[in-house]
Amino acid sequence: MTFLQQLAHYPQQQVKEQILAATPQQVDKALCKSKLDLSDFASLLSPQISDAQLEELAGRAHRLTCQRFGRTILLYAPLYLSNECHNGCRYCGFSADNHLPRKTLSLTEIEQEAKILRQQGFRHMLLLTGEAPEAAGIDFLEAAVQVVKPVCGSVSIEVFPMDTAGYQRMVAAGVDGLTLYQETYDAELYRELHPYGPKSDYQFRLQAPECAGEAGLRRIGIGSLLGLGECLTDVFYTGLHAHYLARRFWRTQVTISFPRLRPAEGGFQPRSIVSDRQLTQFICALRLLIPDAGLVLSTREDAELRDNLLPLGITQMSAGSCTAPGGYGDADHNGEQFAINDHRTPEEFAAVLKARGYEAVWKDWDNAFLNRAS
Amino acid sequence: MDQLVIAGRSFNSRLMVGTGKFASNQAMVDAMEHSGCEIVTVALRRVDIDNPQDSLLSHIDRERYLLLPNTSGARDADEAVRLARLARAAGCEPWVKLEVTPDPYYLLPDPIETLKAAEILVKDGFIVLPYMPADPVLAKRLEEVGTATVMPLGAPIGTNKGLRTRDHIAIIIEQAKVPVVVDAGLGAPSHAAEAMEMGADAVLVNTALADTPDPAAMARAFRKGVEAGREAFVAGLGPQRQQAEASSPLTGFLRNS
Repeated sequence: MTFLQQLAHYPQQQVKEQILAATPQQVDKALCKSKLDLSDFASLLSPQISDAQLEELAGRAHRLTCQRFGRTILLYAPLYLSNECHNGCRYCGFSADNHLPRKTLSLTEIEQEAKILRQQGFRHMLLLTGEAPEAAGIDFLEAAVQVVKPVCGSVSIEVFPMDTAGYQRMVAAGVDGLTLYQETYDAELYRELHPYGPKSDYQFRLQAPECAGEAGLRRIGIGSLLGLGECLTDVFYTGLHAHYLARRFWRTQVTISFPRLRPAEGGFQPRSIVSDRQLTQFICALRLLIPDAGLVLSTREDAELRDNLLPLGITQMSAGSCTAPGGYGDADHNGEQFAINDHRTPEEFAAVLKARGYEAVWKDWDNAFLNRAS
Repeated sequence: MDQLVIAGRSFNSRLMVGTGKFASNQAMVDAMEHSGCEIVTVALRRVDIDNPQDSLLSHIDRERYLLLPNTSGARDADEAVRLARLARAAGCEPWVKLEVTPDPYYLLPDPIETLKAAEILVKDGFIVLPYMPADPVLAKRLEEVGTATVMPLGAPIGTNKGLRTRDHIAIIIEQAKVPVVVDAGLGAPSHAAEAMEMGADAVLVNTALADTPDPAAMARAFRKGVEAGREAFVAGLGPQRQQAEASSPLTGFLRNS
């Protein structure tokens, strides 16, 4: 069964009603179970969760994360290669509707950016582009990976969705992780927010993580952009999706991100505001649903909240990020995708981790996982 | 305590320690110190094995501890073999803890790929200590291809559940001609003592030390557990019986007359 077929068994209205109807007893029951099923997960998303229950949820998430991952946080850096894009996503700074300086880095510029990040300590880099195949397509990515890989090591991509053959080329080039947010699982809202461009194809995007799994990527990251639509159902579907991928592609680690919509060029305002309390609840509930999932928190969130969320299930964080192509080398850059909210340098952030009893992990990968022919 | 001998090398300690999951390198060093261990295992994917300044490696005194690189993260035999060779090329001794764990969720060892990798690495001159499911037949197969130990899991890694595979480990111990090291799942000193009482030659722990508020104290406790279990095994445990047995024989009077 594809995920699209599975999704059809969980109509949005029904899921929403189930979450809203969860009783305190059902929340308690879910909190007591050692292994959650999907209805327990729905109960834990309840907006009625009490402070005491949330505290217990956080405690369980913390214990489980320490047990499975230890007190460690993997650090990674986003490296924006291009902001050229043919999509008209209503909420995105790179939208073709926005007038901002467009730039695609040359291979030399990419290498320079990667070297700056390497100097800061990063060994895990996430390459990002918009969707403009003639400027930054698969060939371009293959070339970029060849330049970045010797500098840093572990390369992931957060780019346009591909088919299995496309992801096979990425694996062959040495990419080991994929991040691809569905943004919202609400197909109707998705159509409205993605009015034109290749990204308007909801189904193609939804099935892409499965193509990546078939191609053998080691890590597949998903998420929904919190604030776009009904966050309760989007988080439920994210959990359902992660659960599906983990079961179908048993060799691949699933990671889940929690991007909250930030103000961007074009002035899109989030339809629903996801509170810090809700975000905390979502992270902890997903930790309980999939104890071994990598949970990712970026610099979209501010320093104080990031520090507070640190022990509650998060396993990977970015630091010192810039969301404009060429932004690490050029202090006067513009053309950002979104504004970041935690401005600490990677060094400062690693020191905060240490002070809080966590070890920063810069390298969790090895050359031997690549070069299959050698 | 009697010495543990692996591939001709003798060790005074029968407790091996893993280096993952610690909140700081200092906590790791303290735990190693207090455990009395002589063998520490390090994930090659976490360190720059050819760089002595590596933040983790620089904390491990190579004169004092045998650094046992492990291939954790390898999904198949090819990857594990490449990792081991990189470590040796970087100047490590040719010892390797072979881990092939394609499933990122429970990190259970792949028996087929483990056997394949073990065969290649042994032929290549490595001293291979394979992490394996507690399968007695696999243990014999690994022994046949020339591994230096077998390392069956007590329970899924990181679970602290203890000897859930007890019956199979007992068979492995009974049949093995190489040292049996119980690896993974041991959560308490009593678990370690239990494995040693059964006749295991050594145990390896990581999560049980790292995921505790006082790793050094827990390391001391495990050291004692391992020593107590070993001494009990060597001394010979009394047999278990269904019913109580009087220490003065009930039929002694027959022999006294």
